[in-house]
Amino acid sequence: MELSFPVVRVRDLHKSYGAFEAIRGISFDIEAGETFALLGPNGAGKSTAIEILEGYRDRSSGEVSVLGVDPQRGGLAWKSRLGIVLQSTGESGNVTVTEQLTHFAGLYPRPRRVAEVIEAVGLESQAKTRISKLSGGQRRRVDVALGIIGRPELLFLDEPTTGFDPEARHQFWGLVRRLKAEGTTILLTTHYLDEAAQLGDRAGVINDGLLIDIGAIGEIGGADARVPLVRWREPSGVLREKRTPEPARLVAELVAASGAEPAELEVIRPSLEDIYLGLVRGSRALNDDADANTADLLEDDTEVLA
Amino acid sequence: MSNNETGSGGRGTSTTAAASAEGRRPSTRPGTGLVTVLRVGSSRVGYETRMYFRTTDSVFFTFLFPFIMLAIFTAAFGSSGNIGTAPDGSGGISVGAYYLPGMLAAGMLLSGVQNLAVDIAGEKGDGTLKRLGGTPLSPLSYFIGKIGQVLVTGVFQAALLILVARVLLGIDLPTDPEKWLTFAWVFLLGVITSAFLGIALSALPRSGKSATAVVIPIVLVLQFISGVYLQFYLLPDWMQNAASVFPLKWMAQGMRGVFLPDSFASLEQNESWDFPLIALNLLIWLVVGLVLSRVTFRWIRKDT
Repeated sequence: MELSFPVVRVRDLHKSYGAFEAIRGISFDIEAGETFALLGPNGAGKSTAIEILEGYRDRSSGEVSVLGVDPQRGGLAWKSRLGIVLQSTGESGNVTVTEQLTHFAGLYPRPRRVAEVIEAVGLESQAKTRISKLSGGQRRRVDVALGIIGRPELLFLDEPTTGFDPEARHQFWGLVRRLKAEGTTILLTTHYLDEAAQLGDRAGVINDGLLIDIGAIGEIGGADARVPLVRWREPSGVLREKRTPEPARLVAELVAASGAEPAELEVIRPSLEDIYLGLVRGSRALNDDADANTADLLEDDTEVLA
Repeated sequence: MSNNETGSGGRGTSTTAAASAEGRRPSTRPGTGLVTVLRVGSSRVGYETRMYFRTTDSVFFTFLFPFIMLAIFTAAFGSSGNIGTAPDGSGGISVGAYYLPGMLAAGMLLSGVQNLAVDIAGEKGDGTLKRLGGTPLSPLSYFIGKIGQVLVTGVFQAALLILVARVLLGIDLPTDPEKWLTFAWVFLLGVITSAFLGIALSALPRSGKSATAVVIPIVLVLQFISGVYLQFYLLPDWMQNAASVFPLKWMAQGMRGVFLPDSFASLEQNESWDFPLIALNLLIWLVVGLVLSRVTFRWIRKDT
């Protein structure tokens, strides 16, 4: 039945520009109401993948369905169900925030109220200001406002908080949570891993055109990547670190062994960022024999750092 | 565009349920269809016109340019006597009166070709079109907005030019209603043709930044060979023939036919205003512009 059909469905997607393969066969689904974070370094193929889903680019091969429609054949009725926040653009912006939002609201069959959207992105005091006069972060909020004015079923957010100050970023997270609560399906790309951890239900990590991992935010990278890390400096001056599911026990042993407080002691629970970096480095190492050999040389699970 | 491909079942998700539970505007307005295309198109005319007058470049180089040129020609050549005088120096018309039709034709070309070619190439370069391409805006509504903007600003410009000519330069205007009817169709046909050619020409520049460098020389050369800045009857035959291939010559000739005394018709290539030929040439260019606009217009460059 259509009700259980995923909002986004990608199967064995390939995209080449001439001889360069930007995407080398990725598959994933995004279910209705889910917030899915697509992560990966610059040039990994994230933007290409998103632009294929948005209908901006044609794929080389594979199957793609967005809201039940092939994006290459998506008509105006299909577009009216999408909200697209592109990466920053450089439009001249000779209209005010209210004028721009009012105009865009008129393009959609069931728009949100303009004043309400301006409030949601926190631009009430700039409502009558020309967009060209706004700061970078404020312009980015206009981008987000234009993305949600049409009351989209599926919202694409491509690095939405670039240029936001920390407070604006937290406000934006609140907005995304409200959209999610209304049932909006969201596809998010971001370089801020804490943002992905805050907002995402699931994440996929793309590197070199391949999906190297996909899963719930709390599970991505596997259980091993989440094992806490204890780091300390030995009396001999060597900095050591050890992964252990029982960091408190290790610390107690260290204290018992040396009879003193270990120097520079840290217990680190890996953040999504640590896990992500591990994943991306790992997939690079697989592509690179030299890196793999270096990894093998490290002594079992205790790493000597310096 | 049809609504069929999405079907109604695809909308029956929790999203729609949540949205309508908020109790706002139900989905009664059609998402597509001719009514929407026209409604959105007319709303874009206002939006585009507002943008035009807020952009210093377009106001100066498109809207005010014919006024500046008219002022320069009047100031530079006004003292050297009338144009088209009898051998004894009597009769003829003032320099301002002679150049008014040319400036009106230049205004039509600038408002359409130069304005839209630069404007749309810029919108392509700065991401405006990419953003619009992600919305349910029909390209047809977008075209209506652009052509409407050209019409509104072109009419305003022409009216102001004629007013300045009459009030400041004391130029006599035609009194025969038939002349004004001719003015109306030459103007409308010329401006709409210019607008389509502008949309078509916007595909040529590789970036928004290079747009003026590509478009302005084309427009400038046309103005020099088509009898806008230089008196057409003084140009060599080969240049007159070359200009006849392009639409500006016909717009200028049509405007001369409206605003110059009929005795000046003998200075034209066929010693007549040739209104049917003007209509034919502008119509051909209208179709060329329409087809090229349709074929070349893209929201974004798809690099495959």
